[in-house]
Amino acid sequence: MGFRNDVAMLFGRAPRKPEAVSDAAEILHGRKRREHITQLLEEIRDKPRSHAWRNRRWAVLISVNLLFTLSFWLDIQLVEGSLTASRFLGFHLADVYSSALVMLAQKHVAVNLVIGSVTIFVLWGLIGGRAYCSWVCPYHLVAEFAEMLHVRLANLGIVQDHAFHRGVRVLLWVAFAALALLTGQTLFLTLNPIGILSRAVVYGPSLALLWVLLLLVFEVVYSRRAWCRYVCPIGLTYGVIGAGAPVKVVYHLEACAHEGDCRKVCEVPHVLDLTIKGRAEDASVDIGPDCTRCGMCVDICPTDSLRYEVKGLRNLL
Amino acid sequence: MADVAKRPKRVRRRRRLSRQQEQRRQLLRAGLVTLGLVILQPLAVLPVVRRWRSRLRPPGALEEKTFLGACIKCGQCVQVCPVQAIVLADMNEGMGTGVPYIDARKQACDFSCDALSCILACPTGALSHDLKAKEEVQAGLAWLARPDACLARQGKGFQGKARGAAFRGRLRYEEVDRWNPIRIRDHPYDREVCDLCVIECPIGDTAIDLVPFVAEDGSRGVTPEVRKGCVGCGVCEMICPPDPPVIVIEARARPGSGLHRQQREDHEPGRGRRRGAGEA
Repeated sequence: MGFRNDVAMLFGRAPRKPEAVSDAAEILHGRKRREHITQLLEEIRDKPRSHAWRNRRWAVLISVNLLFTLSFWLDIQLVEGSLTASRFLGFHLADVYSSALVMLAQKHVAVNLVIGSVTIFVLWGLIGGRAYCSWVCPYHLVAEFAEMLHVRLANLGIVQDHAFHRGVRVLLWVAFAALALLTGQTLFLTLNPIGILSRAVVYGPSLALLWVLLLLVFEVVYSRRAWCRYVCPIGLTYGVIGAGAPVKVVYHLEACAHEGDCRKVCEVPHVLDLTIKGRAEDASVDIGPDCTRCGMCVDICPTDSLRYEVKGLRNLL
Repeated sequence: MADVAKRPKRVRRRRRLSRQQEQRRQLLRAGLVTLGLVILQPLAVLPVVRRWRSRLRPPGALEEKTFLGACIKCGQCVQVCPVQAIVLADMNEGMGTGVPYIDARKQACDFSCDALSCILACPTGALSHDLKAKEEVQAGLAWLARPDACLARQGKGFQGKARGAAFRGRLRYEEVDRWNPIRIRDHPYDREVCDLCVIECPIGDTAIDLVPFVAEDGSRGVTPEVRKGCVGCGVCEMICPPDPPVIVIEARARPGSGLHRQQREDHEPGRGRRRGAGEA
């Protein structure tokens, strides 16, 4: 199914069972009889849970956002601005989707925004698109805490997760852009919780944080990670940017016990559909572009079947 | 995140949905979100939300409606202002959320950056890069909102701190420190006739001056007169000792603004430099 299917899944297509699998995968799938799985599960039963990647990620996320704050408050002028647009040591950086909206609304190509967007495009094209979401976006962090609460309440049977069709994210992406073009106003930038949080972090709290709180409450009581999964056009944009990125989480079929812990912690579990028994097309498969490279699955996988890899680097080393 | 080791003990399950039913519900929810957006959008273009209140925008700001759409809400203009005159609007200003404005009474733009730094910092051109000098700025327009309270018109002088001991606003006094603005409270005045709005104007007598006038009762005195050169930086509004101030800045191109007809005629002709002008 490959790359085209990966991109289609980014745009909302539901994961499918593979039509054909490679010989190597065929052998590995065939080997996993009930006894084998039971033995694998036995081996991993008391494996302690690691938070290594999550802790590293949180440290990076908080540092990046603090850098904006300190640049302003201590006037060290390292990164001026906020996450929608900034200057790093004087070089323009600009969020690609936000820049596009502003230019559509204004019907005017702003050279600085183009320079900033291209820089960001190249940067995240290498690091891996939606890695922006989990390693930089401040809304991601607060949404993670809301998610913990949601999962806890769901386990108690108090709340239930309501899924949306993921295609709605594409629809909203187009709608926000079309509205910018038609009305000359950027509705998305008014509602954007990333911008609101980033500005709050740099310039101090605002009433707009109430809107962010409302989104979080919605995620806790009604739909798990709703903004990041079904709405955020910025996330979708980074997904597309990073579709061919070398930094990937890679799935290795051989040792996998198919117990499904990874899918339970994943922000975008459809990308881990291939970890279901019989779904992997090959002995090792790259996780698709909707993956935020957050590493939750890498942390939780008891058999180390999910690992970070940089494509092409292994050959170099 | 999920404490996956612990399996849910007791999950109250609602009616188990078939795969098809679940998919239909997912589509329905997606549809509702889109519908919500369509309902929300008109609110944003309604004038009442967009112009919740008229704000004084930073130097070089495009015409209000264009400006709101052109601003990417990053706040780089806030960061470069040496007197921190620029602040970002909050959610209660509709489409103006995160967009910069100046509250001149609290802290006016005194051009102490000497370079229109906010314009240079703006990545989108919402603050127009066409402006090269402070004299070209058309942020707003000063006018005497409460002439009866004016100390000069009453023939009074002014001694002491212009805005009291607690006021935090800053201004650059070139004779004190050419490079660093200081607090206004650290710079007391002693004027025989109050003329703070005139002496502190960064533009000079092309923008404002004291001129003789004859009051209604026939007595003669002096009054501040705003002239064509006024750029609307707001220093006169910030420095004016009476509270509320005698002289205030009206944001430009605001329909139905309180500008006196005479002032409007004085100021409007030949000022078509703004991109996207044509309102008012």
